[in-house]
This record gives sequence, structure tokens and C-alpha cells, in this order.
Amino acid sequence: MITPKINGDVIKKYLNEGKRFDGRGFDEFREIIIEPNVSKKAEGSARVKIGKTEVIVGIKMDIGTPYPDSMDKGNLITSAEILPMSSGRIELGKPGFESIEIGRITDRVLRESGFIDFKGLCIKEGEKVWNLYVDIYSINDDGNLLDAAGIGAVAALKWARMPKYDEETGKADYHEHRDELPLDENVPISLTFHKVGDHFIIDPNREEEDFSETRITLGSKKGIISSIQKGESHQVSVEDFGKVLDRMEVVWKEVLKSIEKQIEKNKK
Amino acid sequence: MTTKKSETKSSGKFERPDGRKVNELRPIWAKVGVVPNADGSAIYASGDTIAIAAVYGPKQMHPQHSQNPEKGTLRCTYLMNSFSVNERIKPGPNRRSMEISKITEWALEPVLMLKDFPSQVIDVHINIIQADAGTRCAGINAASMALAHAGVPMKSLVTSVSAGKLDKTLVIDLDKEEEDFEEGEGPTDIPLSFTGDGKITHMQLDGKISPAQLKEAVEMARESAKEIHKIQVKALKDSVEGDKK
Repeated sequence: MITPKINGDVIKKYLNEGKRFDGRGFDEFREIIIEPNVSKKAEGSARVKIGKTEVIVGIKMDIGTPYPDSMDKGNLITSAEILPMSSGRIELGKPGFESIEIGRITDRVLRESGFIDFKGLCIKEGEKVWNLYVDIYSINDDGNLLDAAGIGAVAALKWARMPKYDEETGKADYHEHRDELPLDENVPISLTFHKVGDHFIIDPNREEEDFSETRITLGSKKGIISSIQKGESHQVSVEDFGKVLDRMEVVWKEVLKSIEKQIEKNKK
Repeated sequence: MTTKKSETKSSGKFERPDGRKVNELRPIWAKVGVVPNADGSAIYASGDTIAIAAVYGPKQMHPQHSQNPEKGTLRCTYLMNSFSVNERIKPGPNRRSMEISKITEWALEPVLMLKDFPSQVIDVHINIIQADAGTRCAGINAASMALAHAGVPMKSLVTSVSAGKLDKTLVIDLDKEEEDFEEGEGPTDIPLSFTGDGKITHMQLDGKISPAQLKEAVEMARESAKEIHKIQVKALKDSVEGDKK
């Protein structure tokens, strides 16, 4: 199921005329739907749909030891897996680079934005801290899994409740979930611009993404950029990158609005 | 942990831990032809960060099913030595090194004419001998020189440098001590790679920065890349001069 080149040519021709196949603007997301509680066993979870693209994200926590360079901070472990079920083109086997990259980019969106107060995840300095696992699975890939992963991670963290720390056993008690995670009230946004032909667009569907020559993922919180990843090998002029930043300053607010509305609506 | 005391003097003027000017690179040392068996090779050192790169190819891609009949494949492997950092790292690839390998491929590909080498592969092996921040940039710089040294047709060299922000001050080429800086807004690290004519082929960022300041940082990096580019070219020229003697 590889998108034929001729579709790419037509997509690019349309973009030159300022149009996309589905009628969206260059800076317009498909409808974003976020639902809580995909899995009861998780400390928190979310299903994110962006158009036909769907990912689920689950949060698990357990007790771990701190890293030597952050003795008073909890640990964040983010992973992503593009499941074979999510499209006909994925080969079975160990996780490919795309999965690894989604995990690493999402990790940096969360970590670098200061969204999580890692000191709040410390139980006993130098000895015991919470491990916070953010696990992302794709269910259906119709493009832009990257931003879906970022949105899903934020929602799942917002909805998560921490297990109780059992002083006697020194372990997590999963029968009781009470406290919210120590999070900043401002949520980080993962926003990826894709260069298709001569234009940058956001939230590409599968066919558009297949002709993306390079992408720039901007992780930001309140308009301050905290992480960037340029992916794929096409070069970008400094001037074009400047224009992407200008557009990002407008778009992040729109995306934030649609995310926050849904997170609030489903708050436990 | 190293000390992270504020380097801002009472005059309000920012000072870098090692006394460098904000746009001053660490001392650079570069040489090509350091791995005799390879088709091309280079060593690139920036301060205490040292990278070696070796190129094999273009050569027939094996196994056959990995061949791409439309264009050649650039295959980069970035690897940090287990003893290149204070706390020993487990030898072999990990998620970080796999990502940097891919980033390196993406950074270099735009200057290569891979369409001229269908079904072939160019292998680039990068080894970090000593790490003091900026290892991916050093690796890309060494790899770019090694490719040129191997005689692989290129539109230009690729030059990589990291811009950064320490608290509110923009700086070039962060070292490890600066990467661990914790005052004020903390550190922002922005590794970037440029073609010879100043186009971006690679960019990453970790930290906190406004879009306006980021634009400034990219310009600073582009200027510094020109300095590094001269050193890369000189090292390549020197090797040719050496051959003549």
C-alpha cells in the first residue's frame, strides 16, 4: 500500500494553488478527539483520534532508584510502538526506527517543557523515586502519529492518578489511586510542520506525509520552544525556518484550545 | 556533580565558565586520512570532544534485498566508546545512538548525489573517543570530511555546530559544563548542521527559548559554521599537499 507518485504530484499541484485534498488550510488540524480510560489497569490513559489516525497512551508507575545525576528526581521513561495492526505496510519484528523516534521526540516534548515536576516524584532522596512510564501505541496510522503521540501523552498524564506508596513493603499499592501527578497547569504542545513540495503544512494525512520531504517538530509550552527535531534529509533555508516559527506562534494556540477543551470535559 | 555557580558578575556581564566569548568556538583540530584501511577518514576534535569517522564505499549493498535500485543508500553508525564519558556506558548501540546515526544520515544526505549510485551503499562509521558535549556535531563534521576524503561526489561539505542559550545569553558550541548549567532559565542546546551555502540540514533543540531568540541563535550558528568550514577545507587541502611531497 504505497501511495503512487502521481498522487504526490497532484497533492503538490494542489498545494501550489493553496489547496489540500480534504479542503483544509495549511495550518489546520483535522478534528481532534481525546477520550480517557482506555485501560482500567493503567494509572492513566487516553485515546487520541486525529481524523482517522488513532493512538492510545497509557501511564504506569512503579518504584525505582534515582539516576546518579538526579538523586531527588523521579524518572520518565517514554516508549512508542507502531503496531502492525495500524496499517498494511508495517513489517513485523522488533521496533523500527520510526517507533524509537516517536518515543524519543515525545519524551523530549514532555521532559524539556517542564510539564512534569520531577522533584514531586521523589519518595526518598537518593534511594526511592517514582518511575513514570509513558507508553504509546498506534492503532490506526493515517498520518501525523507524532503529534497524536504528544497530545495523547499529555492527556494521559493529566488524567493519571498515582498509586499509593506502601511504607511497609516499600512498593506501589495499585489498589488505591488518589493523587494527581505533579504537573504544570500549562500543557506542552507537539506541533510538526511537514514540507511537501514547496510548502509547509501541519497534520498531514497518510498520503500527504508520504510525500513529506522533511519535517520539523516543535515542542512548546506557552509559546516558548523547548524541543525541536528536524526529521528526514531535505534541506531547509534559514528564511523558511523563520517562517515556520512565525506560523507556529499562531497555530499552537488553536491546538491548545482543542486539547484543553477535551481534557477538561473528561476530567475525573 | 560539577559546580554550577552563577557566572554572572555584578556588572551584569555574562561570563562563560572557560572564559570564551559568546560566539567563540572551542579550539578545533582536524585531520583526514587517519584510518588507513578506509576509503576515506577524518578525525575532528572540538575542545575535549573527539570524533573519528571512516567511510567505506560506495560499494555493492548486501544483502540484495536491501538494495535500492533508484538511489544509493547512506548508512551512518554513530557509536560512543564505553570509556568516552565519566560513567561507563554499555558498549554497543542504544536508542540514543540509533537516533543520532539517523540524524547524521539526514544531515549529510542533501549534499550527496545518491541517485548516481543505485543499489550501492556508502558506510560511514563514527566513533566518539572522548565526549565533552557536541559529539553529534563533531561526528557530522568528521563524517563530512571523511566522505570528501573518500572522493564521494558532494555538492558541498556539511558543517555542524551547536548554538545554545545559558540563562538568557546566546552562546556557541556548548561544552559539558555549560550543558549542565542550572542558573536562571538553564541551558538550551541547539545542534545545527549547514550545507556550504548555509541551508539547514539538521536541527535539534532541548531547553527553553522564544521563537525570536531562536532565529538569532540560528544566525549565530550559521556564522560559526563558516569558521569550521574553513578548518575542514584546510585539513582536506593539507592532505593533498602531503601526498604531493
